[in-house]
This record gives sequence, structure tokens and C-alpha cells, in this order.
Amino acid sequence: MIMSAKVDTSLPLEYQTEQDRMNILGFWVFLGAEIVLFATLFGVYGVLYERFAGGPTHKDIFVIKDVMIQTVLLLTSSFTMGIAIFEMRRHNLKGLIIWLVITLALGAGFLFMEINEFIHYAHEGATMQTSAFLSSLFVLLGTHGAHVTLGIGWATMVIIQLLKRGLTPTTARKTFIIGLYWHFLDVVWIFIFTFVYLKGLVA
Amino acid sequence: MKAKITMEVTIMSIKWDEFFITGDPLILGSQIAIVLTMIGAVAGITYLKKWKYLWTEWLTTVDHKKIGMMYIISAVLMFFRGGMDGLLMKAQTAQPEMGFLDSQHYNEIFTTHGVIMILFMAMPFLIGLMNVVIPLQIGARDVAFPQLNALSFWLFFSGAMLFNISFVIGGSPDAGWTSYFPLAGKEFSPGIGNNFYAVALQIAGIGTLMTGINFIVTILKMRTKGMTLMKMPMFTWTTFVTSILIVAAFPIFTVALALMTFDRLYGTHFFTVSGGGMDMLWANLFWLWGHPEVYIVALPAFGIFSEVISTFSRKSLFGYKSMVFSILGIALLSMVVWVHHFYTMGSGPAVNSFFSITTMAIAIPTGVKMFNWLFTMRKGRIKISSAMLWALAFVPCFVIGGVTGVMLAMGAADYQYHNTLFLVAHFHYVLIPGVVFAVFAGLYYWWPKMFGFMLNEKIGKWHFWLFVIGFNVTFMPMFFLGLNGAVRRAYTYSAESGFAPLFMLSAIGSIILAAGFAVFCYNIYWSIRYADRNISSDPWDARTLEWSTASPVQFYNFAKLQEVKSLDPFWHMKKKNEGLTLYDSEIEEIHMPSNSWLPIYMGVIFGIAGFLLVFEWHIAAALAAIGIFAGLIIRSFDYNEGFHVKKDEIHRIENAWRKTEGEVHDHVS
Ligand code: HEM
Ligand SMILES: [Cu+2]
Repeated sequence: MIMSAKVDTSLPLEYQTEQDRMNILGFWVFLGAEIVLFATLFGVYGVLYERFAGGPTHKDIFVIKDVMIQTVLLLTSSFTMGIAIFEMRRHNLKGLIIWLVITLALGAGFLFMEINEFIHYAHEGATMQTSAFLSSLFVLLGTHGAHVTLGIGWATMVIIQLLKRGLTPTTARKTFIIGLYWHFLDVVWIFIFTFVYLKGLVA
Repeated sequence: MKAKITMEVTIMSIKWDEFFITGDPLILGSQIAIVLTMIGAVAGITYLKKWKYLWTEWLTTVDHKKIGMMYIISAVLMFFRGGMDGLLMKAQTAQPEMGFLDSQHYNEIFTTHGVIMILFMAMPFLIGLMNVVIPLQIGARDVAFPQLNALSFWLFFSGAMLFNISFVIGGSPDAGWTSYFPLAGKEFSPGIGNNFYAVALQIAGIGTLMTGINFIVTILKMRTKGMTLMKMPMFTWTTFVTSILIVAAFPIFTVALALMTFDRLYGTHFFTVSGGGMDMLWANLFWLWGHPEVYIVALPAFGIFSEVISTFSRKSLFGYKSMVFSILGIALLSMVVWVHHFYTMGSGPAVNSFFSITTMAIAIPTGVKMFNWLFTMRKGRIKISSAMLWALAFVPCFVIGGVTGVMLAMGAADYQYHNTLFLVAHFHYVLIPGVVFAVFAGLYYWWPKMFGFMLNEKIGKWHFWLFVIGFNVTFMPMFFLGLNGAVRRAYTYSAESGFAPLFMLSAIGSIILAAGFAVFCYNIYWSIRYADRNISSDPWDARTLEWSTASPVQFYNFAKLQEVKSLDPFWHMKKKNEGLTLYDSEIEEIHMPSNSWLPIYMGVIFGIAGFLLVFEWHIAAALAAIGIFAGLIIRSFDYNEGFHVKKDEIHRIENAWRKTEGEVHDHVS
């Protein structure tokens, strides 16, 4: 904000002012904190994942087909987010918004699947309170899911601002940052898919 | 089935008659005092017609200097609260079998004392000084994200108030500042005291994390022209590394506290004894954050001493590069020593050995710093001001803390020291010289920069001697008590133990210590009333950029952004008489951020939501949380671009202080 006077038009829109560059760097640092947060949750899961306390095990509850669908939905949404940012760089507002909406729809699809998955688990008698394994599973998945939910709400705000204000350095920066966030959640999911689901089914 | 039972217990345990703590004269007195103080404050502000001033100048401010001052004021208040806790404990153990506090009270008091001193006194005091000083030291006009900075403060404040209110509403946490499971779990601590711990620290912790991010970006991106990383003042370096440590360590605490909340409120099994939970997981997570936390408070303190020692020795810091590398070394090592807090809890000899070695290794970079400080003083023209006195006392006192630390680092020997007052003495010897001496040094040093007058040096010396003597008399006996087998966290002991004389000595020391603190408060009062207002903007003949601008600093910090060519830039500017004058042609409009009501709103709403969550009124808490989201949405749509300071105004402000320079009273001879 302080130096917004100086605009360097040779750079992509979102990098043109010093304040926007700082916001983007700040967000990278924030993602660093998020990495530590998820790493801790993975660590907790790694410690507790075989403590079933007589309750259901991985094999009893995981449904690989549904997990595959979730994975495809989320990975695709990361790809469409990439296209959205590409359209933004081409100054194509309409394309940007269309691809953002597609991204969010895919994200919502993922969430829908995840909620169903949780309901399914509960029906199998697997709740947060059943065992340490399930506590850590629900909190790890739930934290990721809560991030996706928040991301959808946040991106919706940004889309409204894009519609109202068009592409400015500020709206471009906001879009770019939500893009970073979205890819990050995708990366976290890849770890969840590998270390929770695949490992659970192989164990 | 099991889940159901837990839920019922949860609902049953919260009764309205538990809301206010009743039947205890100490607490009743506090309740009355709190209500009276609040009525007094509201009445006073209304009478003086200061509400608008308070709101526009302080509560909604995004100015890093004012935010810093608010941090410092809160920290001093918290020091008072934590210090009272300390005195109560010392009174209780002054004689064997005292009946002043019962065991429950003693438990609550050492818990709140530990939490408040570390999280609500040491952290905000240092963050306050960082806020005031860092943008000035790097020649910038504010931090990277001024509004986020205000939010950090209000979240800290909200967490601190929530934690403190537990004393009179609902009951204080009583499982130690470490809150180990299973003790801190619902099973063994069914009351809501420990909910306060989980929720209040979470709120404050989020604020701290944002501070870390803010300062990383500020220091990386906003240094003035020419200030390369290796030309940064040492306090800036330590703040930078501390911020990295915050970002690396606080998310671990966030997770640990969240899991604790889940265990206590929603019946999960992370740390419980039943259901496959693992109590040692808490201990590991806690110290994975907790040990770096110790360095998060120690490193900025080292930075303050570096500035003070260099200024009052009239020399550049000795071994600047080795200082930087030892900070980095300490920061890295601090992440791999956490197991030394529980050698006795069955990790096995191989693990213990590994952590013994890493712990002892920290002594190496710390020793390097010690020698650098001593060599900075060597052949310097030392001026013994109050600030310098604190730095001088720090060296031997901290060495005692460090050497006993190496003793504790030896896994095998720790079986003897563990959980005794030896440990308590050790960490007070680290934290009080390392942090409290540092914030006092920093306060005496930067006070004129903040307020435009100095703290009284004579009263300052009384403050110093009483505090330092009191500190040593209080804690030195605890080493010997601990070696003789006096355990920590024990509310009393028998006459046959033979501990009585040393405990009495220690209690007397704490009274001297308290007298020192009282003199400190008196010094603030005296200086506000009587101190000379007509002082130079550079009363210490100092070396870094914060001293090149007005005192108190004008809201835009610098009329012209400086260019830096070397370390200690202001010193060289003075020597070469370069860049000290401001020409009319150099004045340009300055862009500044606007005030905002959102940060304080967020603090309040987080506090309300947190309070409701503590009492496990989930629906009400969820409703309050809507307010949090509303705040976030409003922020997203907020396009306030700030405002421009006109040339005329800059002209007027600069003239006012630059003209008078030279006629003012100089304090360094
Ligand atoms: C100013 C005077 C102070 C006094 C008189 C004092 C006294 C005490 C006493 C008596 C205990 C409890 C010993 C026991 O286990 O029975 C204690 C614990 C503790 N103190 Fe202090 N202290 C002071 C300052 C500080 C400061 C400045 C800090 C930190 C920055 C601090 C941090 C702690 C911590 C973390 C504990 C451990 C709490 C626990 O066992 O959970 N203290 N202190
Ligand atoms: Cu440690």
C-alpha cells in the first residue's frame, strides 16, 4: 500500500506494484507455515495410524473408487486453475472467470464426495471418537477439507471483485494468490492420497 | 458407546453455578477490583472526553510505533500479573507447611505464571520493541502489512484477556504451563480451566504467526537503499531469524492446541489414555514448539544487547559476521533439541545421547556471541547508562543460566535434576537475564525515541540494583534446594526436609525483586511528570537509522528515505556530516495507510467466540464465528488506498524538529 504509487508495467499485472509483490511473498511465507501445519498433522497421523483400539481399520472403511474420483476431481481443478491464471496473463477476463468457476465447481464436487465419505464412515461406526487412528484421520482430512471450503468461499469473493472491477493489479494479485493456495491444497491431497489411502490399503 | 458417555460428561460438567468462582477471599477481592477498575476507566475517559482520541489515535491505528507501544503497555501489565503470581508462590513456600495457598491454588498459580510470563509478557514485550524499532532501523515507513500488524496485536490482546479472565470466571488452568497429558485431559481435569489454556493460546498464537510473516516480508523487502543483508543492524538480524523461527514453530503449537481442544471438547483420542491415544505425543508436539519458542524470546533479546553494547562502547559490534552465523546456528539447533525436556520419560540411551549432544552444541554459538560482546566492549569508551548496566549484568547472569543448562543437557545426569527446583532456577537464570534484562535495556534505550523524553537515569539505577540483587537472591538458593531434592510444582514441604532457610532467603529475594519492579513503575510515572522534554533526537550518540529522525518519531518516520553505505550508517553520516540535512527539493508527497476498525473488531469477536467455546456453548460459539467470517469478507472488499501526506505538512513537521536541534540538551558527554 505504501509504495503503490510506483507501477512497473513491464511485469505481469499481479507483480506491478511493490505492495502486490510483498503480498505475494507474504503469501508464500504463509504457505510455508501451512506446510509445517500439515506436516505436523501427517506426523500425528503417522504416529497414531495403527492404533485402532478395537475399532475399524483402514481396510474396513476406505472405498478406493470414491477416493479415486475425489483425486481426479481435485487434480483436474488444479489444472483448470492453471488455465485460469494463464487466461489472466492474456488479459482475458471472461476466460479467467469461466475457468475459475469451473475450478470451483470441481472443488465443490470434491467436497461433496468427501462429505459423503465421512457419512459413510460414520455409518460403519467409524467416528472421531472411536479410536486414535480415526481421530487423526478425521482431523487430517477435515483440515484439508476445511481449507478447500474456505478456498471456495474466498475465490467467490475474488470473482465478485473481478466482475465489479475488471482486471487491475489488485484483482490480478488476489486471483494469483488464490491460485497459489489452490495448487498447494492439491499438493497436500497428493500426500494424503499416498500416505493415507494407498498406504492404508497396502498395509 | 464410549463417545456418548464422554459427551454427557461434557454437557453435565458446565453448570451456571461454576461460572463465577465464589467463596475465595483472594478471588472475590480481584473480582471487585476488576469491576471497580473498569468503572473507573470508563468514567475517567468519559470525563476527560477522550473516547474519540482513544479510538482514532490508538484503537484503530495501523502505525507500527503505536502498535508497538500498545504491546509494551500490555506486556508491563502482564508482567505485573505474572509477578504477583510469582510472589504468591514465594510467600507460600517461605516457611514449611504454610497454609496460605492450598495445593489447587498453587497449581493454578504456577500454571498461569508460566503461561503469562512467556506468552503474554516476554513475547509481546519483545514484539512491541520489534514493532517500534525495526521499520526505523531499516529506514522504512511502516511494516509490509500495517493492518495485519494491528490484527496481530488485537489477537494477542484478546487471547491474553481471555486467559486472564479465567481467574475470576470459570477457574484457571492448573496442569502447568506445559499442560502434559493425561493430566490436562478431560478425564483428570474435568473443569473448564484447561479449555482456557487451549483456546486463549490458540487465538494469541495466530496473532504471533502473522507477526512472524509480517516481519519476514518487511525485512526482506523494505530495507532502504544500500542496506544489504550484511549491513543490517543486529537487532534487525535477530528479529528476522526469530520471525523465521515463529513461522517454523508456531504452526506446530496451533495443531497441538487444536488436538487438545478436540480431545477435551469433542472426545477424540489423540492424547488420552483410552482409545489408543498417546500422551507422549503431546509432550513431543509441545516441546517441538516450546524449545524454539525459548529462542524466539532469546534471539531478539540478544539483538537488543548487541545494539546497546555497541552504542555505549562507541564501537561497531565485534565479529558481526560470526554474530550472524551464530544466530543462524542457534536457530537451526533449536529445532533439534526438544527431547531434552523429557530424558526421564523413557526415550532410551541412544535417543537421549543424540539430544544431549545437540543441546550442548548450542553452547558453542552462544559462547561465540558472549565473546563478541566482551570484545565489543574491549578498549571501547564505555558509558555506563541504565541501558548499558542491564547489558553488563546480563553477561555473568546469563552465563550461570547457560552453564547450568549444559549440566541439564547431560541425559544421564538429568535423572538427578529433572523436575527439581534446580531446573526452575536454571530457566529463570536464562529467561530473566536473557529476556527481562533485555527488555529493560531496550526500554531505557529506545524510550526517548518513542516518547521524546528519557527515563530517569538515577531512578533507573535503583531499579537496576534492586532488581538484579533481588533476582540473584531469589533464584540462586533454588539451585541448591533443587540439588538437595526439593521438587518443583510442590506447594509445601516438611520442616524435617531442612529446606526452610534457603526457601526463606529466596522469598526475601523476591521482595527485593518486587521492589525493583515497583521502582521501575515509579520511574515511568516520574519521567512522564517531570522529565526534560527538550532533548536531542539522538541522546545517546547512537549508530543506527532510528536515531536519524525526530523523537518522538513523526508518523511517516522519514521525510526522505536514506541511502546506506555501511554498517552503523547513522554514525558514519554524523562523522562525515552527510545526508543529515533535508533540502526543500527533496520533499515529496508520502503515501500512508489509513486507520481501520477491522483489527479491533476481529480481536473482540475472536475473544467472544473463544469465550463461548471455552464454556462449550457450541451453538453460541458458532454464531459468534459468523462474525469472524463477516470480518474476513469485509476485509476482502476493502479497497481503501490510504492517503497522501502533502508537502506543506511534511515541511512544517520537519522544520519543527530540525530547527531546534542544537539548542537542545545533550545527554552523552
Ligand atoms: C519476576 C519474578 C519471578 C518470580 C518470583 C518467579 C517465581 C517462580 C516460581 C516460584 C515458580 C514455580 C516453582 C515451582 O515449580 O514450584 C516459577 C515457575 C515458572 N516461571 Fe517464574 N518467576 C519470575 C519470573 C519469571 C519470568 C520472567 C518468566 C519467563 C519469562 C518465568 C517463567 C516461569 C515458568 C515457565 C515457570 C514454570 C511454570 C510451571 O511449572 O508450569 N518466571 N516462577
Ligand atoms: Cu528446551
